[in-house]
Amino acid sequence: MSAPVDIRLTVNGQPREGRCEPRKLLVDFIREDLGLTGTHAGCEHGVCGACTIFYNGEAARSCIMFAVQADGAELLTVEGLAESDGKLHPMQQAFHEHHALQCGFCTPGMLIAALDYLKINPSPTEDEIRDAISAVLCRCTGYINIVKAVKAGAEAMRAAKS
Amino acid sequence: MKPAKFDYHCPATVDEAIAVLGRYQGEARILAGGQSLVPMMNFRLATPAAIIDLNRIRGLDQTEVTDGTVRIGAMARQRRLEFAPLVAEGLPLLTEALRWVGHLPTRTRGTIGGSIAHADPAAEIPMVLQALAGEVVARGPEGERCIAAPDLFVAPLTTALGFDEILTEVRLPAMPPEAGYAIEEFARRKGDFAIAAIAVMLVRDGERCTTARLATAGIGPVPVRLLDAEAILKERGLGEAAVAAAAQRAAELVEPMADHNASADFRRHLTGVLTRRAILKARDRQNVRSG
Ligand code: FES
Ligand code: FES
Repeated sequence: MSAPVDIRLTVNGQPREGRCEPRKLLVDFIREDLGLTGTHAGCEHGVCGACTIFYNGEAARSCIMFAVQADGAELLTVEGLAESDGKLHPMQQAFHEHHALQCGFCTPGMLIAALDYLKINPSPTEDEIRDAISAVLCRCTGYINIVKAVKAGAEAMRAAKS
Repeated sequence: MKPAKFDYHCPATVDEAIAVLGRYQGEARILAGGQSLVPMMNFRLATPAAIIDLNRIRGLDQTEVTDGTVRIGAMARQRRLEFAPLVAEGLPLLTEALRWVGHLPTRTRGTIGGSIAHADPAAEIPMVLQALAGEVVARGPEGERCIAAPDLFVAPLTTALGFDEILTEVRLPAMPPEAGYAIEEFARRKGDFAIAAIAVMLVRDGERCTTARLATAGIGPVPVRLLDAEAILKERGLGEAAVAAAAQRAAELVEPMADHNASADFRRHLTGVLTRRAILKARDRQNVRSG
């Protein structure tokens, strides 16, 4: 029962599989077994948000889930945001243009937390953006440019839709 | 920062889960949303022999209203409930409380039953269970029993649930439509654990206050109702002087903890301040709601 188990899931639209002990954290499975190192492991106890991914369409912390729980799930990680030709997602583009990252450690989690919130509220105020990204810690930027980028990214996404 | 080895069980039914729980004689832990348990396991503050994962049991996340009681399956995700019209209508105090629970990405996984069974002294959902005089359903080898909020919370991270019992449902009496309500919380950062929080529900009839509910989180070892402070509002109404008296009484009633976040004195002070603010907010909201 603590022996390795098979895990099959969909990651960024591709069927993937792996085998690991039940105690393996989902973030470690994503990074080590699937080789997708864009998802970062920071605090490993659910506080910093660096490991945030889309789990069945909603943002969740992958450091406080076990990989075995994701059997059959659909994940989207930062690697799945850009288009296949490398064209950045509008939110990534906005982060690029607004200099919303320095070391970049928090960026995958920031992007996913922001996109998750925009699904609920596509036109957030600055206060609402601050509230939403309070789910992710950034030790470099001071957040100002991240807030600007999320605002701009949200506008670009709305413009692309209409 | 990685969990120790454990046996992993993923039962398909509650009965199966109870049977496995019994086999481990208290050495197993139930995994609901995992937003508190897994961090503890990562730190190895918890090293259970077995994990019994409830996430694949069907039907444990249903919400329905029967006879004025909102019955919420223990595995209902906090995020689902936060946006559920049924909750917004019948339990707006819960909707408001959920916005204070962690962050949106933790509410994706976190469950209502998990938060209550974990019984963190700073958690908002147990405070709402107290404020609304709710109860939980516990199922064990002998069958089901109901545990009322005041009997449930024993000590920090400790409830009256037996080691072979599973919390399966949360029952909250629907709030009167004319009720005013509010939550006031003090924390260092958005989404952090509450250093002190107060939940209020009021029903007013002209100058009189016919129902007053005050409950705490983060202040003492367990969430409590502040009955004597409620009594002041029911006797004296919702004028400035009565509200101030109730707030002062609230500060006297609590048994505040001291830790690295705040001294006991500071928590007592916050209790008074937050109680006053919460009552006033609930009172004004009620005015708006009753037109
Ligand atoms: S690594 Fe998951 S929240 Fe910090
Ligand atoms: S850019 Fe370095 S942590 Fe955010």
